[in-house]
Amino acid sequence: MKVENVVCPFCGCLCDDVIVYVEDGAIKGVEKACSIGRSLFLKHREDLSLPSIDGRETSIDEAINEAVNILRDKKHVLIYGLSSTSIEAQRKALELADLIGASIDQTTSICHGPTSLAIHQTGIPTCTLGEVKNRADVVVFWGSNPLEAHQRHYERYSLIPKGMFVTEGRRGRKLVVVDVRPTPSSRAADIFIQVRPGEDYEVLNALRYMLKGGKLDGEVGGVKVETLKSLLDIMLSAKYGVIFIGMGLTMTRGKYHNVEAALSLAIELNSHTRWSVVAMRGHYNVSGAGMVLLWQTGFPMAVNFSLGYPRYSPGEYSAVDLLRRKEVDAVLVIASDPVANFPREAVRNLLSLPIIAIDPKRSLTTMVAKVVIPTAKVGIETEGTAYRMDGVPIRVKKILNSIYPSDEEVLDRIIAKIKGEERNA
Amino acid sequence: MPNDSLIIKGGIVYDPLNGVKGSIKDIYVKDGKIVEDLSEEAAEVIDVTGMIVAPANVDIHSHIAGPKVNSARLMRPEDHLRDPLRRKNGLRSGCGFSVPTTFVTAYRYLLLGYGTVMDPAVPPLKARHALEELEDTPVLDKGIYILMGNNNILYYLLKKGDKKSAKLFAAWLLKSAGGYAIKVVNPGGTESFKWGKIFNSLSDDTIWGIKPKVVVDILNEVACEFKLPHPVHLHTYNIGIPGSYKAALDTINAFKDNRLHLAHLQYFCYGGDSWATFRSESVKVVEALSNYENITADMGQVIFVDTTTMTADTPWEFTLHKLAGGRWSNSDVELETGSGIVPYRYRMDNLVNSVQWAVGLEIALLLGPWRVFLTTDHPNGGPFYFYPEVIKWLTSADARKEMIEKIHPKAKKRIYLHNIDREFSLYEMITMLSAAPAKALGLKEKGHLGAGADADIAIYKPKGSVAETLSRVEYLIKDGRVVVRHGEIVDASYIGRIIRVDTGVDDSALSNEVRELFDKFYSVTFSNYKVEDVYFKREVVKRVV
Repeated sequence: MKVENVVCPFCGCLCDDVIVYVEDGAIKGVEKACSIGRSLFLKHREDLSLPSIDGRETSIDEAINEAVNILRDKKHVLIYGLSSTSIEAQRKALELADLIGASIDQTTSICHGPTSLAIHQTGIPTCTLGEVKNRADVVVFWGSNPLEAHQRHYERYSLIPKGMFVTEGRRGRKLVVVDVRPTPSSRAADIFIQVRPGEDYEVLNALRYMLKGGKLDGEVGGVKVETLKSLLDIMLSAKYGVIFIGMGLTMTRGKYHNVEAALSLAIELNSHTRWSVVAMRGHYNVSGAGMVLLWQTGFPMAVNFSLGYPRYSPGEYSAVDLLRRKEVDAVLVIASDPVANFPREAVRNLLSLPIIAIDPKRSLTTMVAKVVIPTAKVGIETEGTAYRMDGVPIRVKKILNSIYPSDEEVLDRIIAKIKGEERNA
Repeated sequence: MPNDSLIIKGGIVYDPLNGVKGSIKDIYVKDGKIVEDLSEEAAEVIDVTGMIVAPANVDIHSHIAGPKVNSARLMRPEDHLRDPLRRKNGLRSGCGFSVPTTFVTAYRYLLLGYGTVMDPAVPPLKARHALEELEDTPVLDKGIYILMGNNNILYYLLKKGDKKSAKLFAAWLLKSAGGYAIKVVNPGGTESFKWGKIFNSLSDDTIWGIKPKVVVDILNEVACEFKLPHPVHLHTYNIGIPGSYKAALDTINAFKDNRLHLAHLQYFCYGGDSWATFRSESVKVVEALSNYENITADMGQVIFVDTTTMTADTPWEFTLHKLAGGRWSNSDVELETGSGIVPYRYRMDNLVNSVQWAVGLEIALLLGPWRVFLTTDHPNGGPFYFYPEVIKWLTSADARKEMIEKIHPKAKKRIYLHNIDREFSLYEMITMLSAAPAKALGLKEKGHLGAGADADIAIYKPKGSVAETLSRVEYLIKDGRVVVRHGEIVDASYIGRIIRVDTGVDDSALSNEVRELFDKFYSVTFSNYKVEDVYFKREVVKRVV
């Protein structure tokens, strides 16, 4: 069976034109997806997790019961992850956090969290990816390497496609890549600007200074001032420009200050011509996790409910910081692998805590978790909403059956059991 | 278990659409509807002797959900910090103030006696987002208006002179995004801003070489031919600037033969030719409107408070950003629209803000409760939970006088408000809050208490003044369920309805050319564009035509 217009649940591009061939309840072929997306579909039955308690295999029901026991016993639970599951599950995770007075954080706090902090300061002029396709005649990738991380981004949205007003496609666009080293993405660029590591902030502010008529000479951040001048000229001559910002800005020295500088530059350029900024979000629904957190709590990450209302404090209630300071006594991980990704100190403390891992796949986290609850993979075995990196919500599909419940269902069962206890008490 | 039959006994009933003006009578409810009669044995009897019984309120224009509301939440963490709400009695926690969280939005609306709220500006590409937020806005019935005034495909078809395809496309768009009404915001203006240009006109050529009037005319024809329950909901050009009243007059003149709703009219009633000469010209706009009963409006009242402005009128938000300084967000949505957000504080010691405050009250008092409905264009003029303040000013000339003494001293020479003696009665206030907006929306089962109406009933304890009485319900019945009892929310566990329109225009009605435009210029495929049925968990579909 050929299934068309399947949405790829891997990265923030959410390509929704993928063709998947299904035979005998398994995926036999994939077309149009990038290499990462292909392997996601073709290998989705590999490395599956199994329901377990303390490493012993058990039933889903038992695993859920054990999870409920832990969540009911513990006083300072951290709920973490969320970026690789559906809005429906994220909603339930928040309901649970509110119910048990937990801290809740999502992967953005170790990724594009600083972008949110910068938006608090400046706001953000942004656009959907279709606007890039239709209007952008200059695109700048700053600290981002789409050809390796978002492989179809150039092809579908930002460089190659012919748009309504950029009728020539690639020839109608100027591509600027700014990074600390050459990458496959920079090799496709018309202009590559190599910044000294850790000096993006200086370079961005030099551009702002020159935009306001300031004079500079020599070099800034390892870049000749003449080069920056010509970049500024290109920016000013654009009809519609877009800066894509990546973790090269958010997770290097300066963090949210870098992003603030980039956003301020874009905002100031709007007094001359149109510029937007789009964050290159990683996981396919990390954007959505921020959305749900915002509409239910008012804040995009690092929220604590222990006083009965949402409090926001990145650096305090963000997962890494809570773990580093040993301020939690159990961790519920949903669709994420903090053991593989967190700093060593945070991981060491995490390993000393009871971990409940809800994940379709085996990971370092499921290997050390006290309770593992396998679930149906969103976008393959269960449907749901995901938000693309530009905030466009798309319905991801179910193309195969699973013997396991969805993340949403598991969380819903946990909530019901915890509520039931409250009523009996 | 909620009782499916209720008798609301002994209340003083106000039901403007049925001409009931403070009579003591019982209201019978069965299976979520109001019925003629009911035997007492099977029903829960709620004794409301001495209380005011009225239809639940209807908000015709309030930005409560969706992409730009959430972007505003992201931009303003400090806004939420000042107004946290604890989890209690099974209700969810959250934050209030100018861009409240979804649950808090619902709870505060319910306590004000609301049963239905319409979000007036949703880009079809992001309709799922608005609908997901509305699913987390429990109990209330909700609808969304679909932004069409800057739609590139519509302009393309009109430029070709293909009016028939344009109309079919608009009707298809309304249906496929799950909308209730057509919204137009500064037609041509939002598109022009994508080119870095400020455009404000109905009769000049847009970038597409089409006049905005032509676009609105076509959408009016769609509303008419498809018998949409609510007419085109129009935010016209030149919002908020000195001399904006001329845009209002131009708009009224251009569309006087149609049904039309003018959104947040207050912002289009300013005279003067600069900020220094800014004044009220509400009387001229009221005069122009007085002959055209087919045109309704909502206030867009300004409150002296720190709030967040948000609109699809992107050039206006950019202008406001330059005027006010500080943060600015903007989001351009492919082929469809855009939105801008700027935090803004209305100050009593600011002359312009003082005039704005007076203008909203002037138009409401001069045109009356059947023509102009209470809104603050939430949160543009201020958060909706300041409505009791507005009610106070509408129902008490003394309260207005007191305020006029407090606002900017030069304002008095530039407004008319101090010359208006009218004070709305309780009956008129209930009309303005429920009967009149329900009628303008074509919601036949809302805004009244006759047999067959939805059992959405607000019950208030009389207090010292009309404003105090209406400031919090004693009971709120929603679909026959007791949602508020003794002034507290007791049941907010269900999600409420999405009310939408089915124009009957399916994909097959779209020309190949439109399908090609989709394939070429959208960033999602056609089949992933339309909102799936799963986003309407509980819904009422108004089948039109």
